[in-house]
Amino acid sequence: MISDISKDELQSVLDVIKAQYGYDFSDYASASLKRRVLRFLQSASLKDIAEFRYRLSNDSAFFSWFVQSVTVNVTEMFRDPQFYKTMRETVLPKLASYPVIKIWHAGCSTGEEVYSMAIMLHEQGLLKRSRVYATDINPANLERAMSGIMSTSQMKDYTQNYIQSGGMEDFSSYYTARYDNAILNSELRKSIIFSQHNLVTDAAFNEFHLVCCRNVLIYFNRTLQNRVMQLFHDSLAPLGYLALGIKESLLFSDIRDKFESVSMLNKIYRRHR
Amino acid sequence: MSSRPFDIVVIGGSAGSLSVIITVVNSMPKNFCVPVVLVVHRMRNVRSEMNNILSVNKPIIEPEDKEQIKECCMYLAPQNYHLLVEEDYSFSLDYSEAVNFSRPSIDVTFSNVADVYGEKALGILLSGANKDGARGLCDIIDAGGKGIVQNPDTAEYSAMPSAGIEYNKRVMIMKPEEIAAYINSIII
Repeated sequence: MISDISKDELQSVLDVIKAQYGYDFSDYASASLKRRVLRFLQSASLKDIAEFRYRLSNDSAFFSWFVQSVTVNVTEMFRDPQFYKTMRETVLPKLASYPVIKIWHAGCSTGEEVYSMAIMLHEQGLLKRSRVYATDINPANLERAMSGIMSTSQMKDYTQNYIQSGGMEDFSSYYTARYDNAILNSELRKSIIFSQHNLVTDAAFNEFHLVCCRNVLIYFNRTLQNRVMQLFHDSLAPLGYLALGIKESLLFSDIRDKFESVSMLNKIYRRHR
Repeated sequence: MSSRPFDIVVIGGSAGSLSVIITVVNSMPKNFCVPVVLVVHRMRNVRSEMNNILSVNKPIIEPEDKEQIKECCMYLAPQNYHLLVEEDYSFSLDYSEAVNFSRPSIDVTFSNVADVYGEKALGILLSGANKDGARGLCDIIDAGGKGIVQNPDTAEYSAMPSAGIEYNKRVMIMKPEEIAAYINSIII
């Protein structure tokens, strides 16, 4: 079993992946990438790095498993309730002035935050004229997101988050629970367009009034963060909003001067004209 | 690499560790310039007053992603993220699965600090009711750094320091006042 991987070995593995599949992990934040690769190796029982490379390039199911393991797919509905409260009270009323509201959730994982947004849009009567694009690098995530199925065990936490975010409705009216699963109402799902998009390699594809990308950039190094910030800038209409994770900041980014801060605490920014 | 014995001090604690952290932090002299990183298990999604409680001697910073580690600063791992250090001595946050039912996990930060700082790391494991941190403290010692555990007899919850002792025989076992004195002795 492989218990450690050197910087060069890791790079050689990433090179194989890039050449074979086009996924480029080389500008991911190295400490957390290494940790997740090692965790994957613990469950993969491989002889050495050479076998690792061989399996990656010759076995696409093995590669899918790798992608599933090293990309982080942990998320929750109404995560950081005060962020959603600010969205609800400050940002969505501004977006209401557009005839069609275009929103991009970049790196949506299994969809929990997109559905949270859809619920808020619904409560403000905006959902029907919103186009919410939800993209992720990982097709397996998108499939789960599209299904709108969540585990009922998490619904208690989500309900609490929802209430803390200022939600006034009965949260259970948004889903139907059966045994261990809850399926979100199809009304919510209908407004969301799910599609694969890789922030590392793909370009801007539309112009949005709001881009949400929360807790995705933390997995990138500063070089890649800068590139993706530029991509977000190019994807935003003038005065469009950018929402990051509450521990992610534009401060360390090259294009901080092209945005103003709307909520320092919740990391909501607005593109200059 | 500097000539001082440590370039980073990482302190991990859980249930019952707060009073010890206050003792240790408050006894640090103002000119203590080795960066200190605290990883403490806390409630998620509940705004914590922890950094206010602790900010007695110097301000405690909850770092943002990719924030550079600075001399003389004290950092507290943000709630609900793992805290990692990159090779350029900046912080990286990670929202992947909980480790030992914990996020932040002390093991995650300790192991990563061992990787980046090697023999220049000092790890301190305090009171707690689970084993998070024991594995990581082991990694710090194996990488040439030093490891201290709180004497389990003085800990409100002894499971965590006891696990630290069980995993590695080379840990130093100290009472809270001794930990404070040790930290004071490493200033040059």
